[in-house]
Amino acid sequence: MNKILIIIQREYLSRVMNKRFLLTTILTPLIMVGFIAGAAFLAATDKEMHKIAVVDQNGFFKGNLRDASDVKFEFPTDVDTANYSKKGYTDIIIIPKFEGTAKAEYIIRSKKRIGLSLESKIEDRINDAIEDQMLQQAGIDRAKLDSIKSSSQFAEMKSLEESGDSVKESSAALSYGIGFGSGMLIYITMFIYGAMVMRGVMEEKTNRIAEVMISSAKPFQLMMGKIIGIGAVGLTQFFVWIILIFGIIAASQFFIPQDVLQQVAELQKANAQMGPGASMAQAGETAQKLYKFQNTMSTANWPLIISCFIFYFLGGYLFYASLFAAVGSVVNEDPQDAQSLMLPITMPIIFSFIIMSRAVEDPSTSMATWASIIPFSSPMVMMARIAYGVPGTVPYWQLAASMLTLVGSFLLTTWLSGKVYRTGILMYGKKVGWKEIGKWAFRKN
Amino acid sequence: MSAILELTNLRKHYATQKAVDDISFSIEQGSIFGLLGPNGAGKTTLLRMITGIFYPDSGHIQFDGQTFDPLNDIIKIGYMPEERGLYKKMKIGEQAMYLAQLKGLSKAEAMQKIKFWFKKLEMETWWNKKVEDLSKGMSQKLQFVTTVLHEPKLIILDEPFSGLDPLNANLIKEEIYGLAKRGSTVIFSTHRMEQVEEICDHIVLVNLGKKILDGTVHNIKQQFKENKFSIKLNELPGTLSAPAFNIVNVNNNELVLQINEGYKSNDILTHFLNNQCTIESFHEILPTLNEIFISQVEGTHATARAFQKIDN
Repeated sequence: MNKILIIIQREYLSRVMNKRFLLTTILTPLIMVGFIAGAAFLAATDKEMHKIAVVDQNGFFKGNLRDASDVKFEFPTDVDTANYSKKGYTDIIIIPKFEGTAKAEYIIRSKKRIGLSLESKIEDRINDAIEDQMLQQAGIDRAKLDSIKSSSQFAEMKSLEESGDSVKESSAALSYGIGFGSGMLIYITMFIYGAMVMRGVMEEKTNRIAEVMISSAKPFQLMMGKIIGIGAVGLTQFFVWIILIFGIIAASQFFIPQDVLQQVAELQKANAQMGPGASMAQAGETAQKLYKFQNTMSTANWPLIISCFIFYFLGGYLFYASLFAAVGSVVNEDPQDAQSLMLPITMPIIFSFIIMSRAVEDPSTSMATWASIIPFSSPMVMMARIAYGVPGTVPYWQLAASMLTLVGSFLLTTWLSGKVYRTGILMYGKKVGWKEIGKWAFRKN
Repeated sequence: MSAILELTNLRKHYATQKAVDDISFSIEQGSIFGLLGPNGAGKTTLLRMITGIFYPDSGHIQFDGQTFDPLNDIIKIGYMPEERGLYKKMKIGEQAMYLAQLKGLSKAEAMQKIKFWFKKLEMETWWNKKVEDLSKGMSQKLQFVTTVLHEPKLIILDEPFSGLDPLNANLIKEEIYGLAKRGSTVIFSTHRMEQVEEICDHIVLVNLGKKILDGTVHNIKQQFKENKFSIKLNELPGTLSAPAFNIVNVNNNELVLQINEGYKSNDILTHFLNNQCTIESFHEILPTLNEIFISQVEGTHATARAFQKIDN
């Protein structure tokens, strides 16, 4: 068997055949979901009740000021700013005489500070109450207005993207989600797996394995074996996650009632016969939502996005991993060296993330375009732009240029890193600066 | 016998020093060869060139009858460097398997050889242990096994006995003899002269990147002998001085003598026999390798060299 294959196999298996890998792979998504759910739960339950005494000189607030989940308004008669907390109120609001012409200050006093969101909520309630009062004065029935408002939501935006002769549906929200999600994923994995490569190289160096290994295999084989092996670990992790996600989606189908699914199927049929925009009046609300969700998801070009994602994940990983390997080979025992040497590699990754988060909002700026071609940032930024459509937002030539420069650049960084690695891995007890590393990288043979 | 390794005018210069400066020697197949030198003499650089880790700046390496080709010849070499280590988290069996496969053995072959060696060195129960659980001596043994597992033609051992107790050191020593008997050539690099004297057939001493001694242990000792003899008599004669020798040391009835030029050892014996002395023992005093080493290296600032201009 080829040596590089043997090395890949060891690097891969020693990481995958490991309880920790199994746990992190399965637990990471679960922990993420758990965190989000937990945060939402805490936000929903952990609220302090505010019992607010309202001192009103106008009289019309009493019927119109509505309570909220954590706010209760009361209108006692014998309360003032001196004794409200003794009487069991947390806050007191003094409502001035309502003029109806200019803005006025409504003062709320409390022992404890009121949070920003609570304050704006109370403000909204008071304004609602004033609105009600004004509606009444104008002779408009509140209930009637509400019902008109809720039944007048007729317009629904659907954007169509022109590509040549054909017209395709697109969804800005979905593109944003895909672009940001995949950019983020590439960002995180670049750090996780890049650092893993670096630690692996440092392990070989500090445990004095390097020389034993190099008397059996070429340094370049050793480095590439490690990089490819760890990259395969990353891909494995993605595939496990994809399977988990599909598993969860498939499992959730069981919880959707049969008639809803049937209605969704009918909607799809109707849509196919009459073209987009067919009426969906007869279907239930859940079915409509589900149909819309499926419809939105289908506007994205998934095969293109997934294959580009794998390409850019691998390209970006290979580009940065060899740099991380080179840094690992230069570092001596002192982890502090690693920190300072890593900085020039982590900075462009962080910059790319910032550019990516802008590009995902506006994918056609010249900044986004250039950053999606330059290999330091292209993996993240291009993924953010691809979600908006090829060749609509990203012309074919840009995609091709980006991919070709990425391939060319990772070949270059791997080649240079290989030279640094070869010298660094056997160099002990000497602190090496950037000047010296540059010399190693660019010298002949 | 033919030479397995022939170095001709090998040179390797670093930016600030000449690590190996015009060294040539050859090693016979099946011999145990000692490469000696003080710290920083250039031994490791030399060994790294022989194992294909470094390319020489100039010079020629002939290996097994052909020009040395690191890519292909590497599997015929087993190298145990001085700075050695193993993957701490890996199981011992898997580790041996991995290194054996990298040396070009198939899985089945590797398994068979690992079992053979583990049995021989009483390591069979170690298979599922991790390297981090081993003592220093134990991991040394494992390292030795992984070095010789693929039956290389050339085995290079840099300080192989460091960290081994006398019992295990003997065990390894026996294996080295055995390997040499079966046709492998062993290069042995160390500062421990008594081991060299015991094990090696042929030695080369390098200092400051240059070869300063080359020959069999016997020849080198002959070369550096000072014609000293020790003689033990049952009682000392009245007159000790004679034209044949100078007395170096007297200790009870035992004398250390140095023969003067133009005389032979028999002249000493004749002198004492003529004086009616009873001779209890008589033998030549040869210098130890240790003494030769020190006399050759001392005063050359060899120890200072390692610290020269490391930083520029």
